[in-house]
Amino acid sequence: MKIDRRSFLSLGVGVAAGTALSPLPWKLTDDLSIWTQNWPWTPVPEIGESSFVNSVCTLCPGGCGISVRKVEDRGIKIEGMKGHPVNQGGICALGLSGLQLLYGPTRIKTPLKRVGKRGDGQWAKISWDEAISEITEKLDGLRISGNSHTVAGIAGSRHGTVSQLFSRFLMAFGSPNFFHTPSIADTYQLALQYMNGVSAAPGFDLENADFILSFGCGLLEGWGAPVRMFKANTGWKKNRARVIQIESRLSCTAAKSDRWIAIIPGTEAALALGVAHVLIKEMLYNKDFVDNYAQGFESFVTDNGEIKKGFKQTVLEEYSPETVARVTGIDPSAIILLAREFANAKAPLALCGKGQGKVPGSLSEAMSVHALNALVGSVNRKGGVFPMPAMEVQGWAEVGMDTIASAGMNQPRIDGAPPNSPGCINQLPSAILSGKGYPLNVLFVLESNPLYTMADSKTVKDAFDKIPFVVSLSSFMDETAQYADIVMPNHIYLERLEDAPTPMGYNKSIISLSKPVFKPRLNTKHAGDTLILLAKGLGGGVAEAFPWKNFEACFEQAMGDKMKTLKKNGFWVDSDAVLPDWESTFKTASGKFQFAPAEFSPGVAPVKIEGDSTFQLLLIPYETMRLSCGYIANPPFLTKTVEDTILKQNDCFIEINPKTAQSNQLTEGDVVVLQTPRGQARVRVHLEEGIMPGMVALPRGLGHTAHGGGYIANKGINANRLIGPVQDPVSGMDAAWGIRAKLSKA
Amino acid sequence: MKQEHGGVVTQKYGMVVDLDLCTGCGSCMVACMAENNVPFREDETDKLKSITWMRVYKLTNGKHYPETDICYLPRPCQHCEGSHGHSPCVSVCPATATDYDNQTGIVSQIYTRCFGCRYCMGACPYHARYFNWYDPIWPEGMERYLNPNVSPRMRGVVEKCSFCFHRYQAAKDKAHLDGQKEIDEDAYQTACTQACPAGAITFGDLDNPNHAVHELKKQPDAFRLLERLGTNTKVYYVSSREWVRRAGDNYLKSEGLKKAVL
Repeated sequence: MKIDRRSFLSLGVGVAAGTALSPLPWKLTDDLSIWTQNWPWTPVPEIGESSFVNSVCTLCPGGCGISVRKVEDRGIKIEGMKGHPVNQGGICALGLSGLQLLYGPTRIKTPLKRVGKRGDGQWAKISWDEAISEITEKLDGLRISGNSHTVAGIAGSRHGTVSQLFSRFLMAFGSPNFFHTPSIADTYQLALQYMNGVSAAPGFDLENADFILSFGCGLLEGWGAPVRMFKANTGWKKNRARVIQIESRLSCTAAKSDRWIAIIPGTEAALALGVAHVLIKEMLYNKDFVDNYAQGFESFVTDNGEIKKGFKQTVLEEYSPETVARVTGIDPSAIILLAREFANAKAPLALCGKGQGKVPGSLSEAMSVHALNALVGSVNRKGGVFPMPAMEVQGWAEVGMDTIASAGMNQPRIDGAPPNSPGCINQLPSAILSGKGYPLNVLFVLESNPLYTMADSKTVKDAFDKIPFVVSLSSFMDETAQYADIVMPNHIYLERLEDAPTPMGYNKSIISLSKPVFKPRLNTKHAGDTLILLAKGLGGGVAEAFPWKNFEACFEQAMGDKMKTLKKNGFWVDSDAVLPDWESTFKTASGKFQFAPAEFSPGVAPVKIEGDSTFQLLLIPYETMRLSCGYIANPPFLTKTVEDTILKQNDCFIEINPKTAQSNQLTEGDVVVLQTPRGQARVRVHLEEGIMPGMVALPRGLGHTAHGGGYIANKGINANRLIGPVQDPVSGMDAAWGIRAKLSKA
Repeated sequence: MKQEHGGVVTQKYGMVVDLDLCTGCGSCMVACMAENNVPFREDETDKLKSITWMRVYKLTNGKHYPETDICYLPRPCQHCEGSHGHSPCVSVCPATATDYDNQTGIVSQIYTRCFGCRYCMGACPYHARYFNWYDPIWPEGMERYLNPNVSPRMRGVVEKCSFCFHRYQAAKDKAHLDGQKEIDEDAYQTACTQACPAGAITFGDLDNPNHAVHELKKQPDAFRLLERLGTNTKVYYVSSREWVRRAGDNYLKSEGLKKAVL
C-alpha cells in the first residue's frame, strides 16, 4: 500500500490528536509519576498514637522547657513548652534539631576501650563492668599511693545535681581538682563577690529595664538564656526600651539595637568608666545610693597620711571622654550623649560578656560595668542586676572524708587557684606542661569537650598527651572522646533524669526537670549512675559518701520537697524570693556596695592580647545562633541554616572590611592563610561592611575533627586553634577577646 | 471580610512577619525542616540545591561602615493567589501537581503527581520551590524521627512550604469531632510561627476579623515581596525601616515606594 507524504502526515496528526483527546497520555503520565516513585527506600513513617512529653533542653545552659511530640515510642518533633517561665513556648534552632542528635550517627553506642594510638579511632567494645572495674582499679592504686589529688575532672557546669555529684566524688576520693567549662558567669561571680560581698551568679531583670547598655553581649547570638533574650528583645521593641550595642562587629544584636557603637575591642572597661566620668562630673548619678549605701566612692586619707583614691577621683582624673575617645575610637560627644541617656532612663542596665559569654573575660571590665549599674542605683532594684542565691544541693549528707581524702583535698589545686574557687582551667595545660608541681594521672571529662573548646588547641592537646589516663563520659564521639582511653557514654539529654539549673542571667531561681522522654536505646549509662558505681567500686570512705542505690534515688534526695512541684509542672521556681533592699543586700565588711575593692585596678589600656606589630590585623571570634560551639556540635539541620558566606563546601570565611581587604589586595572569595602567634589556617575572604577596618572575624563552632558522619566534621576552622588564652591579672581566668593576626594569599 | 464562594465560607491563610522583631536566629527554618521531613545532605552550602522551605535571607542597606545595616527576612512559600487563583507556579504545572485551593488560599503540592519537570521552579519569582536532585538519605536510624503526617519525598520531585497543611487537616478533623464549624486561630498554626522565639511571625486567616493577621496586614509599614508582579501573595512583611521596605521590590533609585493595586 503506497502512502504518500500528505496521507502520512494526515494520519500522523490524526493519530496524535486522537490520542491527545483520549485519556491515554494523561493516564500514562499519572502512572509514570507514581511508578517512578515507588522505590522501597523512601521511608514511610508509621502512624501511631501521638503524645507530648514535657522536659527541658540542656543542649546549652539556657534551660528552655521543651515539649516533645512522640508517635508511639519515636520522637517526632521538639517544640517549646508553653508556660515555661524561661522560654514561654519559644525554642531555638539547636533545640529544634535535638532529635537528630538522639538518633544521629555520632552517638557512642557502648563503653569503649582504646586499642592503638590515641586519636586513631581504634576501639574495643567493653562491658560496663569491665570499664568500671578497670577504672576503679586504677583509682584505687592512686589512693593507696597517696596520689588521689592527681585525678581531675572537667564538667560542663558547676551547677546541677550531676555536676555536684561529680565534685562530691572528687572530694570523697581526695582531689581538689574539679574544673568546669568557664564563662562570663565566673567573672561576674567575682565582681559580685568583691563589690556586693556576695559570691553569686548575676540575675538581670531585663524585662523591666528600659535602657540596655550592652558591652558586646550577644543578646541575640546566645548570651544568657538565648530564648529568654529573644523574648526580652521583643518586649523591648514593644515597650520602646532602647538597646545600645557596643561592639566592633555588626552582629544580629547590633543590627537590631537602637544604636550600634563600634569600639576598638578590649577597651570596653575604659568606655564604661568614661560613661561613669560623665555621670559623676554632671552629677547624674543616684546620690541616694552612692551617699548612703556605697563605700569607696570618695577618696580618704588613712591614719598614716596615705591618700586612698576613691572611685570618683580615679574616674574623674583618668577617664575623661577625650582620653576614652583616644583609647576606644568612639567620639567624645557620643560618650557624653550615651552617659546622659543612660542616667536619664527610668531603669538603665549595663551588661557585659562578649558574644555568648564563653570567655570569662576581663574582671576589671566586669567591675567597671557593674559600677555603672551601681552609679545609677540599678542594683537590687526592679530592672536591675542582683546576686542570685546559691542553689547547692541540700538533701545529701555531708561528705565524711577519710584520711586519704583529707590529705588529697589539702593539696593545692593543680591550676594554682584557691581551693573552692571556680578554678582557672585556662591554666591547666601550662600547669601540666611546665612540669612544676604534680602531674595529672587521670582526667574525667563530662558534658564537655575541652580539646575543642579550650583556647590554643595545640597546647591543650600537648597537655593531654601528658595525662596517662583520660576517661570520657560523652554521648558523642567528639574530639575529647576520640582522644580518650576509656569512654563510658552518658545517656543523651532526652534519655536522662536530671535537673537543669537557673540559666545565666535569669533573675529567678528556677530548676527545670529533665525527664527520660525516651528509654535509652543504646548501651549507655546515666553519668550519675556511673559515678555511683565507681564510688561503690572504690569502697571505704568514697562508697560511704555515695549511699544511694542508683542516681534516681540520689536525685530524689537532692531535690527534696521540690520534687513534687517538679513532677507536676516540669519546673520549680522560687516565686517567693524577695529582693533584699539596699540596707540588707550587701555583705561586704562595711555592709555597703564597694566601688573600689582592692581587686579593682582598671587601667585605660585595652586588655592585652597576644601578637606583636608584625601581625597587623586583629582577629576576633564571634558566635551565632546557627553554629553550636560548646560541647554540642551542629546537628545537620542547624548546619543547613549556615549561610554560604560563612561556609562554602569545606572552607570557612573570615569577615573583613572591604577597605582592609583592598589594602591587602584581597577580594571576595580569595583563599588566604590566616596566621596568628598560635597557629595558621586556610580560610576564604568575605567582604563585610559590618566590621571595623583592621579586623577579621571568624565564627566559632566549625573546624571539628571528630563528630564523624560527614555532616559537620572537617568543615571550616576551629577558632580556638588560632587564639591563645590571656590571663586576667586579677582573676587568673582567660580574658582573651581575640589575637593579632596576618593574612597572606595562599 | 469573610469570603464566600458559592455559599461556602472560605479562608485565606496567610502570615505577617515583623522584620523589626526577627533576629535571624533560624528557628523557623529548622522548625519547618523538623516538621516536614525535609532532607539534609553532607554539603548544604550550595544554596541552589539546599532544600529550605523556609529560608531566612540577610538583607543589607548597601552602605559602607559604619552606616551599614542588616535585616533578616524569613521567606516561606508566598502562596500567591495571582488574580483569581492563578499562581505563577500553578499556571505552568503540566501535571496539576500543584493547585490553588480556594477554600484555604493555600497552594498545594502533591508529590505523587509531580514528575519533576521543574517548570514551576522557573515560574516562581521567590525561589520558594526546591527540587530533590538526590534521594534523601537518613543515616542509620535517623528515619525514626520522621513525621508520619507528612510524606517523605524521593528524588525527582519538587517540594515547597505548604503552610503546614497537615496541621490544617488535623485541626479540621478536630474541629469536626468537637462539633465546631470553624477552626480556632490557635488550633492551626504553622511550625515556623510556633517556633519563632521572638514572636515575629503571625499566622492566621487574613480574611477573618477575629484573627490577628487581619489587622496586622493593614499596618502602613506592611509590604509584600515583588508586589508589582501581581502575585498577590499571602505573606506580609512589616518594617519600620524604609530601606527594608524598598528591598521588597526592584525599585529604581528614583522611584518612591508604592503598593500594588489589584
